[in-house]
Amino acid sequence: MSAAPKEFSGGASGEFAPARIATEGLDASHGVVLYLDDISVSFDGFRALNKLSLAIDVGELRCVIGPNGAGKTTMMDVITGKTRADSGTAFFGQTIDLAQLTEAEIAHAGIGRKFQKPTIFEQHSVFENLELSMKMDKRVRKSLFARLDSAQQDRIAEMLTLIRLADSASRQAGLLSHGQKQWLEIGMLLMQEPRLLLLDEPVAGMSDEETERTAELFLTLAGKHSLVVVEHDMAFIGRIAKKVSVLHEGSLLAEGTLEQVQADPRVVEVYLGR
Amino acid sequence: MRAGPIASTLARLYGTRGWVSLGLCALLLFVLVPLGNLVTPADSAVHISTYWVTLIGKIMCYAMVALAMDLIWGYCGILSLGHGLFFALGGYAMGMYLMRQIGREGQYKMDMPDFMVFLDWKEFPWQWWNSDQFWWAMLLVIAVPALLAFVFGFFAFRSRIKGVYFSIITQALTYAAMLLFFRNETGFGGNNGFTDFKRIAGIAITTPQTRVALFAITGAALIATLLLARYIVTSKLGRILAAIRDAESRVMFCGYNTVNYKLFIWTLSAVICGIAGALYVPQVGIINPGEMSPANSIEIAIWVAVGGRGTLVGAIVGAGVVNGAKSFFTQAAPEYWLYVLGLLFIAVTLFMPRGIVGLYAQLRDKWTGRAVA
Repeated sequence: MSAAPKEFSGGASGEFAPARIATEGLDASHGVVLYLDDISVSFDGFRALNKLSLAIDVGELRCVIGPNGAGKTTMMDVITGKTRADSGTAFFGQTIDLAQLTEAEIAHAGIGRKFQKPTIFEQHSVFENLELSMKMDKRVRKSLFARLDSAQQDRIAEMLTLIRLADSASRQAGLLSHGQKQWLEIGMLLMQEPRLLLLDEPVAGMSDEETERTAELFLTLAGKHSLVVVEHDMAFIGRIAKKVSVLHEGSLLAEGTLEQVQADPRVVEVYLGR
Repeated sequence: MRAGPIASTLARLYGTRGWVSLGLCALLLFVLVPLGNLVTPADSAVHISTYWVTLIGKIMCYAMVALAMDLIWGYCGILSLGHGLFFALGGYAMGMYLMRQIGREGQYKMDMPDFMVFLDWKEFPWQWWNSDQFWWAMLLVIAVPALLAFVFGFFAFRSRIKGVYFSIITQALTYAAMLLFFRNETGFGGNNGFTDFKRIAGIAITTPQTRVALFAITGAALIATLLLARYIVTSKLGRILAAIRDAESRVMFCGYNTVNYKLFIWTLSAVICGIAGALYVPQVGIINPGEMSPANSIEIAIWVAVGGRGTLVGAIVGAGVVNGAKSFFTQAAPEYWLYVLGLLFIAVTLFMPRGIVGLYAQLRDKWTGRAVA
């Protein structure tokens, strides 16, 4: 069922091939890119996720909302391999069991993640940030002798234009504004050519104009990629959402269009208090 | 290969000024110092005494270690406080060979090294197998530090041991090795280590010609190490190492297996130390477990911090300045050296975060009132 048993062969030469998994490809023949089934995670007795089940369709743009501590970030941690589920299964497509893979392998398989706090390489230039995240052979030996060919340079140039940082290509990434950093991180995700994008509070700290442009970007990305957006900004959710999932205390509370979930009395109670 | 890629690689490593400075250093190391030591008369103003040849040769070995430290600490953010161990292992591998080269000229006029005769051993222990072969010694110089670093790094990095925890474990590792090498039954001469070398590759080791040859070989090794390190840090791999230093989880989520990257640079760093140790021993004439003492390894980190982390050249400068000061102070006022070293480290940490080579940029930023770029 799952990919070949994960074998750790950490050679100094980098004889380790996450690419193997990527070439196997993602089997999304049932139209579903991500299945979470009955996932539970506890930290020192605290149930961060409690029998959470969720399915994301190919090309879907799903918004996930919920009060603080509802388990949104933990859910992303489980999907990307940062946290291991105590029970339950997480499948990427029909065949890739995420519990069997490391973070790097999951990224290679086609899941990209944007963190809540923008994590970019602050000491590197904007161009280098995109270069390092570009989809290519990521083994040690290849990296030592890697040179960008013209097609790859064009791809970076296109991405710089898309994320509106073309003028800042050689700028040190740490000097960008908060909103620009968010965009750079989104650009880095897209350079990986992921099938599924996980975006944790992508518009936090953005100006209204930047938020609007981000909404436009996400709407153009949906279809080509599947997106899961965790956000607190309800105006932003309203702008992009087709289907919304509400998490509460580690489980799925409600699912539907934004109007449906906003009308759900349980959701209202959770958000407004007892 | 066409000239194109080579020329562009050379240009990537250093600009014109860098290559010219490097050429001048090579001229100094390979022509002027040998001439000054061997050709000029001893009372001439341009004569370079054997004391200086040995001292600079020794410091160049330290500079290689500092480069190795800068690769993992300055570029990959892994602070090792056990690099003296790899240096000493390379030194011991060389030392075994040099002990066998003594032949029957030891105090006891026996085939075996004096300490073994003294301990009444009848045959060589297993670790001395083939130790009379030069090629075998060279193999051990590289393989032993590489193997130890690889195995240790594999488990440490896979278990995601980082930061100060990693540093403490490396410190414990070198300390444990020191205690092991202090014991006579380990077969490495106990606390006396190896000394009284007579020959290397059949040539008398203490003649000025041999000293100058070792000096030049060390100089060549240092320059080669600098260029190799520069090649690595200017490659994509180098950018990934720096990215691991700054945001390791992001690198993992980009699809890189960071364990393999860390293991590569860590093992390479250990091998460079081993080679430096092997060049050090014939010039200094002694290797003993003191080289593995924790304080020695900490000092390596101080060289790099003083020179400037993440600059490569800074590592060489730091090794030179600190060791130059050390040989001055240990003669002029030996009891004060450790205080000077401690003060130097504190002063650099507080006032010169970018080290000696970063001082110019630091002052320029300060005077022009700009934020640190």
